[in-house]
Amino acid sequence: MSLLELSQVRVRYGSVEVLHGIDLRVDEGEIVTILGANGAGKSTTLLSISGLVRPCGGDIFFDGKQLLRYPSHSVVGMGIAQSPEGRRVFGAMSVLENLRLGAFCIRDKTRSERSLSWIFDLFPRLFERRDQLAGTLSGGEQQMLAIGRALMAEPRLLLLDEPSLGLAPLLVRSIFDTVRAINQRGVTVLLVEQNARAALRLATRGYVLEVGRVVREDVAANLLADPGVREAYLGG
Amino acid sequence: MEQFLQQLLNGLAVGGIYALVALGYTMVYGVMKLINFAHGDIFTIGAYLGLTLLVSCNIAGMLGPVGALLAVFVMVALLTALVGYLLERVAYRPLRNAGRLSAVVSALGASIFFQNAVMLIYGARFYVYPDFLRPDFTVHLLGLNVPGVRLLVIGATVALMLALSAFIQRTRTGAAIRAVAIDPGAAQLMGINVDRVISLVFLIGPGLGGAAGLMVGIYYGQIDFTMGWSYGLKAFTAAILGGIGNIPGAMLGGLLLGVIEALAAGYVAMAWKDAIAFMVLILILIIRPTGILGERTAEKL
Repeated sequence: MSLLELSQVRVRYGSVEVLHGIDLRVDEGEIVTILGANGAGKSTTLLSISGLVRPCGGDIFFDGKQLLRYPSHSVVGMGIAQSPEGRRVFGAMSVLENLRLGAFCIRDKTRSERSLSWIFDLFPRLFERRDQLAGTLSGGEQQMLAIGRALMAEPRLLLLDEPSLGLAPLLVRSIFDTVRAINQRGVTVLLVEQNARAALRLATRGYVLEVGRVVREDVAANLLADPGVREAYLGG
Repeated sequence: MEQFLQQLLNGLAVGGIYALVALGYTMVYGVMKLINFAHGDIFTIGAYLGLTLLVSCNIAGMLGPVGALLAVFVMVALLTALVGYLLERVAYRPLRNAGRLSAVVSALGASIFFQNAVMLIYGARFYVYPDFLRPDFTVHLLGLNVPGVRLLVIGATVALMLALSAFIQRTRTGAAIRAVAIDPGAAQLMGINVDRVISLVFLIGPGLGGAAGLMVGIYYGQIDFTMGWSYGLKAFTAAILGGIGNIPGAMLGGLLLGVIEALAAGYVAMAWKDAIAFMVLILILIIRPTGILGERTAEKL
């Protein structure tokens, strides 16, 4: 049984259906990436896993449990955290407050202090800026904060939505290195990325979404070598 | 000088009451982006509940004047908190996804409902608070004779504001309320139950508003079923003045509005106090459209 399994997930915004039955699975320990153009439904897929968007059909299983039967806010406590599109850090709060909110579900203080020191190891920059308001951070620092905040929930599955968006190339590399380091600590990762080449190099498997449907699914190396994928997503 | 200090203290007392009511507007706006028009009427309900408890239940006979005031204070706050909670469940929660205008109409409807309910139950006349409970001692302060009730109102409003600030700034639940106010979706991604936070805000805001209604009854000694309209408007103004959605802003706005009014009444004319207060509001909004403390941090993309 996979850690996460989506089966025929359909999502509707108003009267427009944007996901037409997504099938997707993520096994424990993997890094899986979802590729696709703007509007293909990548972010919607992640939001439906986190419960921010409620599917109108299909099923989502996590660790054998039917997620859609639980209230949205309980998903985090079950082990799924997300660094959302656009980072969505709490701008008027300090870096430290943002991180502590990430551990909202963790009642055990010593455990969240341990996560905190790990995150400060991963992102020393956040430690330097811990008392600064999150809204005053640079884009890259906000991205680190969004990832760190998600990790504070001690997730088994980390959902990352476009972590490299708008970052300088050097920073993109370091973010991807960090994702690998997080994965090596035993956190399963589901990664949505525009930067398809880097994502496929990192991932074990990948899915290609087109207008709300999965059109390809394969081992990352095969997708990297595939002429169709190369042309559409890797710039030829 | 003496007149100035007297008016200042009077303004702080009235302003503290405005601030307590303004907190209810601003906290609800913060988490839901909704102006709860029924909030002024919950303030009225607080004043009437206080009257009923003081007059009919003989609490004073059982606990003595000081104990009675304290007990009634707590009971009024709890009961109006309950009214606020029910209001949200009945009038706002079913409309959560129905667009903002529907909720505004529902808020106006709830306001009319509450106001008429109070009128039907108590009748459309003024009520006088029992004056044997009015603290009628005088304090000598800086060469002034200050009515004790004025100091009590100032003390109580300041204490409530400090307690609320500590709760919002220092506790985990307070952080959750702030997070929901900034971005409800992101707050939910932290595992925060947004519905529960909204319910909590609808307990705290109306609780403070109801307590303020009781204070007006004790301070002025007289209440009527339309008082929620005028105080509600003033408190709403105070919330805008400080920056709607901003908790310290509501406190500052309330106190400022109270002091401006009192000074205008003292130095210009009683009849001009509202005109002057609103002129100041307009001036401040021309200079700072977001209110004094509104929207300090810019969001980065």
